[in-house]
Amino acid sequence: MDRHLLDIQNLSVQVEEKEILHHISLQIQKGETHVLMGPNGAGKSTLGYTLMGHPRYQVTEGQIWLAGERIDEEGADARARAGLFLSFQNPLEVPGVTLSSFLRNAWRHRQGGKLKVWAFQKELERVMSILQMEEAYGERELNVGFSGGEKKKAEILQMLMLKPSLAILDETDSGLDVDAVRTVSKGVEEFQKDRSKGLLIITHNAQILESLQVDYTHVMVEGRIVKTGGGELVEEISRTGFEPYIRQT
Amino acid sequence: MKEKTYIEDVDRSIYDIRNDETGAYRLQEGLSQKIVERLSEEKRDPLWMRLFRLESLAIYHQMKTPDWGPSLEGLDMDHIATYVRPNTKMTAKWSEVPKEIKDTFERLGIPQAERKSLAGVGAQYDSELVYHHVRQEVEEQGVIYTDMESALRGEYADMVRKHFMKLVKPTDHKFAALHGAVWSGGSFVYVPAGVSVTIPLQSYFRFNAPGAGQFEHTLIILEEEADLHFIEGCSAPKYNIANLHAGCVELFVGKNARLRYSTIENWSKNMYNLNTKRAVVEEGGRMEWVSGSFGSHVSYLYPMTILKGKNARMEYTGITFAGEGQNLDTGAKVVHAAPKTSSYMNTRSISKDGGISTFRSAVVVHKEAKGSKSAVSCQSLMLDSESRSDTIPAMDIRTQEADIGHEARIGRISDDAVFYLMSRGISEEDARAMIVSGFADQVSKELPLEYALEMNRLIELEMKGSIG
Repeated sequence: MDRHLLDIQNLSVQVEEKEILHHISLQIQKGETHVLMGPNGAGKSTLGYTLMGHPRYQVTEGQIWLAGERIDEEGADARARAGLFLSFQNPLEVPGVTLSSFLRNAWRHRQGGKLKVWAFQKELERVMSILQMEEAYGERELNVGFSGGEKKKAEILQMLMLKPSLAILDETDSGLDVDAVRTVSKGVEEFQKDRSKGLLIITHNAQILESLQVDYTHVMVEGRIVKTGGGELVEEISRTGFEPYIRQT
Repeated sequence: MKEKTYIEDVDRSIYDIRNDETGAYRLQEGLSQKIVERLSEEKRDPLWMRLFRLESLAIYHQMKTPDWGPSLEGLDMDHIATYVRPNTKMTAKWSEVPKEIKDTFERLGIPQAERKSLAGVGAQYDSELVYHHVRQEVEEQGVIYTDMESALRGEYADMVRKHFMKLVKPTDHKFAALHGAVWSGGSFVYVPAGVSVTIPLQSYFRFNAPGAGQFEHTLIILEEEADLHFIEGCSAPKYNIANLHAGCVELFVGKNARLRYSTIENWSKNMYNLNTKRAVVEEGGRMEWVSGSFGSHVSYLYPMTILKGKNARMEYTGITFAGEGQNLDTGAKVVHAAPKTSSYMNTRSISKDGGISTFRSAVVVHKEAKGSKSAVSCQSLMLDSESRSDTIPAMDIRTQEADIGHEARIGRISDDAVFYLMSRGISEEDARAMIVSGFADQVSKELPLEYALEMNRLIELEMKGSIG
């Protein structure tokens, strides 16, 4: 039997004593792109943080499996090394640490402690050109003084450099102008090319999805997945909004 | 079991190697007229210096111990030997320095650094210099770099007498008076007009004796358009009795001259570091202070700059790292006494394991100093909830035509930032270390290279502990 790439089993999550997610189950196979949609406050980002292992989000029930390994008790660093990636909605500023030295560090951890400088440098140049990023970008301090678009590009850059097996993009398209969305989409397409990888895109609007191929769409309302459909569900939601699903619950 | 991580203290293993005091001459502990007279005799002072010492001692006895800063209760002058002379004479060849002392400096990397990147080196061991050497080509430029004792008797005796403790007077505070009474060792530098010393000079002060004091005096005079980078390093092994450092640094920066003065202070945690540093800058001159304070039990350290001439400038870049049992009270003071002078202070302080770091800044702008600018920026990072950090700014501005800025930030390591870095596969300890060294980066990159590397190493020296 082929294992699921990501297998979320009956997951309930609480934050500061309050349950936010209730009995979420979701499976993603290699090569699939899933979209998680829902109104603000539905718990979408909570799911992203929980999958990545933020200590504030407490799993009270259920399990998370990545490529046959149970990861819900691991720290975020171990999950990342196992192949998970989260593109942050609000990437944090880390003064004094340049983007390229940070990437080198992360790359080294991902490769089990080894760093081939030449291979790293070549790959960095390649990925930066896909994202239309100037080389000088690498010498800037991580996210410090970055515009919204630059931050999101830097997240996608990290994703393409670290080559996770499953990437979660949390509102990567929010607050971007059309050009920036196009560049980010190009980066995501590049990621999708590798059919051994999976993608979970969290968003509340369909802008970024126009040019991307989507296999499944899930609608989350008040901490529950209330509807799952194919790519066409995205279009339907762009027309009707989340109203019909909110009333349903 | 969840692992808890923390940033390690400064790795002291290199500094903590103690040598025996074999054959050293040690003056009786305590402070009295007799002891000071004896010291003066041992040092073969000129008469004016002997009188200066005695006068300073009288001032010392009249003055009160400062009570506005960290406690000095553990410091008892009756148990401090003010003069410990190593059993050797000063030489210009490392091969002539006694093996044990030479080994100490080798471990500290001084002779190696001298070969690679320094124009001259002075090495003081306890109260006296054991080595002093300056490259021939620098000497040929007319640069004088020697120990204070030689300067006091040599060709530059008059110049020394004219400047010695004129900028920092014995009446300034109790420990300046103490310094005037018992000073010994230190360096004298003179750079003639128009001479640029392209690579740095370094004096290193190693303090080996327990229950003693080190009181070196550094006097640097830069004539017009001269340029110099001077590095001062200090360290000591730890003992369980108090040691005292009350050095004094006087810097004279001539018209359009530039002096960069870098200090890396790594005293042991039984040290009371009560040091006084002051610079006066003539028209168009520039004073740059770079200061790293990592050691000592208690520090009082506030380098002061007097911008005396028009367009004179000063920059102060400092980093302080206070760990367990350390109370580091540091800062900087600037006096704008002429028009269009400018000052910039940029500091970082890190405290952990109950360490206390306080940053005091004082900006004084005289009525005449129209069109002057001053900016102060200090940031503190506390690594745990037991540690403390304070900033105490003081300003005295006597003209409206001045541009004054002050910015202070005190914070902790953000859990979200740690999580962000961890989500890229970086371990928690590495994530914390990255954040701390990133915090220090803007300042640590101003340090001389080998010290900057050492500082990064100490921040990376993280340890895993467990909270079971």
